[in-house]
Amino acid sequence: MFKPKRIQTLDTQAVVDAALKELPMPSRRLFMQRGLTLGGLSLLSGCTLSDEHSVERALMKVSQFNDQVQAWLFDPKLMAPTYPESMMTRPFPFNAFYGMEEIPEVDGDDYRLEISGLVADKHAWTLAELYQLPQTSQVTRHICVEGWSAIGKWGGVTFSTFLKRIGADLSAKYVGFKCEDDYYTSIDMATALHAQTLLTFSYDGKTLPPEYGYPMKLRMPTKLGYKNPKHISAIFVSNSNPGGYWEDQGYNWFGGC
Amino acid sequence: MNNRDAVVHPAWLRLTHWINVLAVTLLVLSGWRIYNASPIFHFSFPEQITLGGWLGGALLWHFSAMWVLVANGLVYLVLNLLTGRFRRKFFPLSLKEVVADLLAAAKGRLSHADLSVYNAPQKLAYLFIVLDLMLLVASGLAIWKSVQFPLLRELMGGYDMARVVHFVAMSALLAVLALHLVMVALVPRTLLLMLSGR
Repeated sequence: MFKPKRIQTLDTQAVVDAALKELPMPSRRLFMQRGLTLGGLSLLSGCTLSDEHSVERALMKVSQFNDQVQAWLFDPKLMAPTYPESMMTRPFPFNAFYGMEEIPEVDGDDYRLEISGLVADKHAWTLAELYQLPQTSQVTRHICVEGWSAIGKWGGVTFSTFLKRIGADLSAKYVGFKCEDDYYTSIDMATALHAQTLLTFSYDGKTLPPEYGYPMKLRMPTKLGYKNPKHISAIFVSNSNPGGYWEDQGYNWFGGC
Repeated sequence: MNNRDAVVHPAWLRLTHWINVLAVTLLVLSGWRIYNASPIFHFSFPEQITLGGWLGGALLWHFSAMWVLVANGLVYLVLNLLTGRFRRKFFPLSLKEVVADLLAAAKGRLSHADLSVYNAPQKLAYLFIVLDLMLLVASGLAIWKSVQFPLLRELMGGYDMARVVHFVAMSALLAVLALHLVMVALVPRTLLLMLSGR
């Protein structure tokens, strides 16, 4: 169950590529197989296959309801806790939907950040231009959907500053992200404009290393890890929900902390 | 009071009891699968007995069943307080009574003739379940919304500790439930009472 449903509306080739990349990994294959069964529940109730689909639909409905509840609970003025650098988790864990050997290699000189959607200035940004923006940093807790958490220090430009700079329609509903590793996700505008939401280019005072998302990661201490895209290649503003890599498979879309 | 035709458990109580059974079952089984994604201790739950198939599925179950638990729990609490059942059934409750009843039970002399009256260990166990479920909801909220509920997060000792509290509260709940099931097996008429009310 929980197979991707919105694939048709997305970059199909990118999704297929991502899927093909994962096929040689036995653990991943096992994971997907398990994902297709209801596991414990079929034992519990002896559900038939058609029941499984209606159960899945009902659960996804509740998840969408939970998106609304979280948007309502989200306080734009409330800050996530910050920590002294002495509390940073060392080494900060690497985490992705693939192993370390598949981290994308991005050439910083050729790199361009594509901008599209409901924005006034759609010119593509070079890294040099992005580094010229006012920089800030924060030490915050990264909370993974799996339950573990780790404290790290990210530096970059406040995302609201960037959105204003490109003349984004701040009344639009969503900001979407496409990444060099074919990952994709999207967030609500309220979180995009939160003071602690940073478009980051550095980790622990050094250029963001490949394993943490070179050349840039969107860092939000108010959202779970899978909502924080790495290796961002394109940013777009939209009024229709672009979904996400994990979100389309069943992870909650809002994913707020 | 010991009239076999008198309703011991009103319909709303029986209904909320069984809805709670369903919600707790779904929450525990999916919770074990979520725990397995990043175990706090040096063990995992066998995946065959967990619910959801994978982490995403388990989370969908967990964050759906939580609404059933909370809504049902609120109905239970409000009706218990409004009807005066809470005060009538659970109080007074003294430690002395609990010890005396436990000793009587150990000697096989604890009476079950009148099931409309809870003995002291029963009162304690049921009150514990109510309070423990509240702790589970509170620690669960602290995990789910650690940024949005700072006070709750700090009360739990921070995000990571909230996970430990959530786990320990779940374990304690299951321990008391195991005891509860043993007692029901020893006095099977209590099961009929919870089904038919009389």
